[in-house]
Amino acid sequence: MTSTYKDSGTASLNDDEEFTDILEERRRNTDLGYALRTFNPQPYKGAPSCSTSDLNKAVLESQYLRYIAKEIALETGSSVEKVRQEARGILEEMSHNLQLGFIRLMAYTFNKVFKRLFRSIYVNMEGLNMLQQAIQESPVILMPNHRSYVDFLIVSFVLFTYDIPIPVIAAGIPLASMKVVGEILRRSGAFFIRRAIGSDKLYWAVLSEYVRTIVRTGCAPLEFYVEGFRSRTLKSVVPKLGMMDMVLEPYFKGEVFDITLVPISISYDRVVEESLLALELLGVPKPKESTTGLFKASRVLQEDYGCMHVNFGRPLSVRQLCEGKINRSEYNLIPRDLPQRPSTEIQDCVNWLAHLIVRTQEEGALISPWSLMACLLLQAPITTLTEEGLQWHGLTEKTLWLRKLVLDFRGRLNWPAHTPDSDVMSSTVALHHSIVHHKAGRVYLVQDGNPASQDPLSPEEKVMRTAAAVLMLVSYRNQALHVFVRPGILATAIHITKSTQKDELFSFFCFLRDVFSSEFIFIPGRASQDFDEACSLLQKCGAVYISQQEVTVLETGLEVLSFLQKLLQPFLESYQLIFRYLCENGAHVFTEKQFLPAVRNLATKLILSGDLHTFEVLSSDTQKNVLSALRRLEAVTKLRASQQNEYKVNKAAVRRTGDILCKIICDIPVKIKLLFCVRLENFDLFLPCCL
Amino acid sequence: MASNSSGSDSSDRQRIAQQRLSVIAGHLQRPVEGNSGILAAECKAQGDKLDVSSERRTVPRRRQEIMKWNGWGYSDSKFLYNKKGQAEFTGKRYRLSGMIIPGLREWMESTFSANLQHKTPAAPILNSSAVQPPTLNEAFLKELKSTGIPFSHDAEDRVFRSHGHCLHEIFALREGKIGRVPDLVVWPNCHNDVVKIVELACKHNVCLIPYGGGTSVSSALECPPEETRSIVSLDTSQMNRILWIDEKNLTAHVEAGIVGQDLERLLNESGYCTGHEPDSMEFSSLGGWVATRASGMKKNIYGNIEDLVVHIKMVTPRGVIEKSCQGPRMSTGPDVHHFIMGSEGTLGVVTEVTMKIRPMPEYQKYGSVVFPNFEMGVACLREVARQRCAPASIRLMDNEQFKFGHALKPQVSSIFTSFLDGLKKFYITKFKGFDPNRLCVATLLFEGDREKVLQHEKQVYDIAAKFGGLAAGEDNGQRGYMLTFVIAYLRDLGMDYYVIGESFETSMPWDRVLDICRNVKARIVRECKDKGVQFPPLSTCRVTQTYDAGACVYFYFAFNYRGLSDPVHVYEQVEHAAREEILANGGSLSHHHGVGKLRKEWMRESISSVGMGMLKSVKDYVDPNNIFGNRNLL
Repeated sequence: MTSTYKDSGTASLNDDEEFTDILEERRRNTDLGYALRTFNPQPYKGAPSCSTSDLNKAVLESQYLRYIAKEIALETGSSVEKVRQEARGILEEMSHNLQLGFIRLMAYTFNKVFKRLFRSIYVNMEGLNMLQQAIQESPVILMPNHRSYVDFLIVSFVLFTYDIPIPVIAAGIPLASMKVVGEILRRSGAFFIRRAIGSDKLYWAVLSEYVRTIVRTGCAPLEFYVEGFRSRTLKSVVPKLGMMDMVLEPYFKGEVFDITLVPISISYDRVVEESLLALELLGVPKPKESTTGLFKASRVLQEDYGCMHVNFGRPLSVRQLCEGKINRSEYNLIPRDLPQRPSTEIQDCVNWLAHLIVRTQEEGALISPWSLMACLLLQAPITTLTEEGLQWHGLTEKTLWLRKLVLDFRGRLNWPAHTPDSDVMSSTVALHHSIVHHKAGRVYLVQDGNPASQDPLSPEEKVMRTAAAVLMLVSYRNQALHVFVRPGILATAIHITKSTQKDELFSFFCFLRDVFSSEFIFIPGRASQDFDEACSLLQKCGAVYISQQEVTVLETGLEVLSFLQKLLQPFLESYQLIFRYLCENGAHVFTEKQFLPAVRNLATKLILSGDLHTFEVLSSDTQKNVLSALRRLEAVTKLRASQQNEYKVNKAAVRRTGDILCKIICDIPVKIKLLFCVRLENFDLFLPCCL
Repeated sequence: MASNSSGSDSSDRQRIAQQRLSVIAGHLQRPVEGNSGILAAECKAQGDKLDVSSERRTVPRRRQEIMKWNGWGYSDSKFLYNKKGQAEFTGKRYRLSGMIIPGLREWMESTFSANLQHKTPAAPILNSSAVQPPTLNEAFLKELKSTGIPFSHDAEDRVFRSHGHCLHEIFALREGKIGRVPDLVVWPNCHNDVVKIVELACKHNVCLIPYGGGTSVSSALECPPEETRSIVSLDTSQMNRILWIDEKNLTAHVEAGIVGQDLERLLNESGYCTGHEPDSMEFSSLGGWVATRASGMKKNIYGNIEDLVVHIKMVTPRGVIEKSCQGPRMSTGPDVHHFIMGSEGTLGVVTEVTMKIRPMPEYQKYGSVVFPNFEMGVACLREVARQRCAPASIRLMDNEQFKFGHALKPQVSSIFTSFLDGLKKFYITKFKGFDPNRLCVATLLFEGDREKVLQHEKQVYDIAAKFGGLAAGEDNGQRGYMLTFVIAYLRDLGMDYYVIGESFETSMPWDRVLDICRNVKARIVRECKDKGVQFPPLSTCRVTQTYDAGACVYFYFAFNYRGLSDPVHVYEQVEHAAREEILANGGSLSHHHGVGKLRKEWMRESISSVGMGMLKSVKDYVDPNNIFGNRNLL
């Protein structure tokens, strides 16, 4: 019998959802027997079984590729045959070579590995059943989030276990260059995409035709990461649209009746590469993917990583989602084999869909007790964590309080049922012994490396060491962030504006939402829904009272509001600091290469002088997000001609944005006259009103 | 009967006319070979007795004498389940008449989950009291009377001309529900009668709705409910003569009210044909074809109506429009014929048409090809079109329709034939490995010299073989074409047992054929499910015409409506969704059924605002008072 448990932490939304531990049965049977099981999936109905070579041939001989080849030959002056030869080379490098034998090998190996790494791998059977159904009806796109290398083949592993067709998976090209492993991945269904495609027209053409052909023929489910890459911060990443465009085009062009998108949320109690991620964010380069590296990493097998949850979301019909949003007839006047730039209407729709998927992934993710503790630990002063230690008792109490808040906010909590809370707390801390340790009623942050070693560390090195530990905590906090973001932004807006006027708060809410939309996932065009959601959640937990015109803070709500506001404080501080850097630094044009270390140096100095309280600004992720936020707000522009990512900064614009956020840090209430501001989505209109 | 002849030469003209008519009569009986000349009949025949061939005309003034009032076609022909529960087709008119169709019941039961126990009989007779009393324009009526043109405001006559054959129209009639109907029916006998009627209508501000064969499937004949004027249905059915045949130029000048079967039969008697055979040709009229831009099954040889027409005469509120000569092609600005063709009765009444005619083909041969799947079939049709070697007709039915056609096989008379059938089936499914649930069939019709036909046949079968097609015999082919004539009768049978359905068509470029077929069929299935239809619908299609740059596709859609409170509304919603799907996928609004009122909401999107403006300005000039007020198209 496989054990099932009720996802007890989940709020009223999905009460009867059951997760099954798929490792349970694996532990009782032989790995070999499992790997050799009969695999008899029900494929997409009507899809001709299409071999890898058929697929590649169809791509190469497609009208589209012929056309592009001719065009490129004309542009470059080389012969069409040569261009086509080149295309063949690209395709060879790219294409998957899915073979059942290798799936079995993969299943066998994974079985061994997973049983060591994880206590359980929980999968929701209902989601799997719906997927099985969906796969027979239309081409299916599997869209998992990507938090760890471990989850690269986990979906294939689960599908193999349950007799569902194995997907082909979009992977980054570095994986392909790993000896042996690259080939194994390829034969397990991976196809490989170069990182920086840029303006390589032929590459784009081959890739897009390849992807579209897979979708069109429905020969296998297609799996890709809409976030584009593994999130180093465990926070959802703003989706990339290139792949999404390619995947959806066959629907827009009527080549398939419908496409089914299946968001998949993979969550970990503990992420295998947690420390690597933190170091990478601090600028220590990530080790190149290599086979030897993989073997070296085998020491990670000695550790306990708790449980993993694979939550298959409800299959979403692209047709239904797009209904009324787009007019597909724009493709009627040009042969569909020719490249055609989609209208802004279609682009917006793709963008919206991609965000929707990431939001759905977030909602499907399970929040562990440890994420809640991380939220709270990060709100303690850093010296408390590193030196005095945080009171265990207080932490427990606060965590339980937060648990209730998460449930109020309809988060999916993975809090073990039928276990005393104190046991949950201590086992959680035990699992994360690499980050915190619990001693004599106090909790301390573990700092890597031996402080008592021969060379005493410089103050800067000490900051980096602490930062590494803090960033690990940050990434676990990030796993819970999506639940709090919307009410958090409202809490922040209340805090800054000190206003009770609903429309004033809404304006500021929109401003913050705009500034932070590289940081958190907001579905485009849904500002007012987000605001309403934030209001109703805050009202639900008793923090505020909402009337037609006003939002009144309640006495009982101060704890919640202050928690939420502090939760977002590091982001505000980081953004402010970087804004300040950009305004005060002399250069109007800078490169990303100069920018990242310069910000890091400034931040380190300020942390040492005690003027900056967050370590998050040290993270390259934060820094890049600020850049893209400023680019979106058009305060920074990327120089088109430049080879090495040069940016031009409009200091006045950055300063104005910063001024608004500054009031938070200085904690000076400002009367921002937002009432006259009609269109807040438009930042430029907003500014004159508040200054 | 009124006469338009006037003055002293009237008797002269009558004499000449009679002379000519006797020439025609002779000609009709035995074609004069080689000897040709212009044979003419005077526009105005002096009453029925002078018209030699009129006794053989199909459509009487009182349609109710031979036709159903709430279903398709002749009263004596219908499908029914006999006492043994076997399907049977009554009457004597068709090849299928009087035959038992053993497979039909099982097909109906399995396809629709229909049940012979659950009947939905139609109202047996037309209840005249349900018909609103006519709103008559007395002044108009008075002057009309003085012209001697026959008219009627009998309820039955009016109801017959108040509808076409859309599902909702027939469904309502079966339930005995009658909406706005014309207030008066007039039967002009010739062009000049029409001129008078239109003049009077303009004078007295009466709304005119031309009526030809009544086979519209676009709500074109529906009286606009918002129309407050007296509505007069102008029934052209009595203008049904061939006025002359020009053997030197191979044209015939024909009154526009003639129905297809009469036109073909009469021309055949002289050794000619037009070759224009729309599926509705038994009942639809020449004027209707012109007004809707009709298309015939054999257009590959003979062309569509726009290719067949040489000269058109139309009576409009502004006067008569016609060209001054019969040149085969002209560069005289935009072709005014194209304002007339497809005008759907909004501009005037087509009264006379000069059409191309051809000598009757020496040899005709049916054929059929079975393909392993629809995709291969379409690829084959595309290749045939590419090589421009399409036979007179080539149609590709999908698997569901193939099964449907199979269910319509009449009882076989000998054990030998049924043995042979079994053998064929075995050969195709077992020996050749065709999946009976995926295979599809193309039906073919070749025409011409015997030798050329055989050569042509070989060419087409060779192409088919390249796409895995197997020749499947003449029988299957012929039955495929028979299906088109009886399908409308079958709908009536379905409606007796909770099954409603209809067909609709579109045209599209070649590369979209498969996509549209798949998407539209899938959309129908999904919409039915969403709208609460309890049983899976029949959603099937066939490619019925091939062109250089695309094809015409016909969809059949039907479902069992048990458990639905407003089945017609559900039907309309699904059809609407299907049309949206067609348009979104690059299909046209209509290939040959026309727009009528059913599809006019999509006109602007289809032809652009400027296009609409152009049509509108023509309408405004030709008919400023909206005398032709059926409100189709625009």
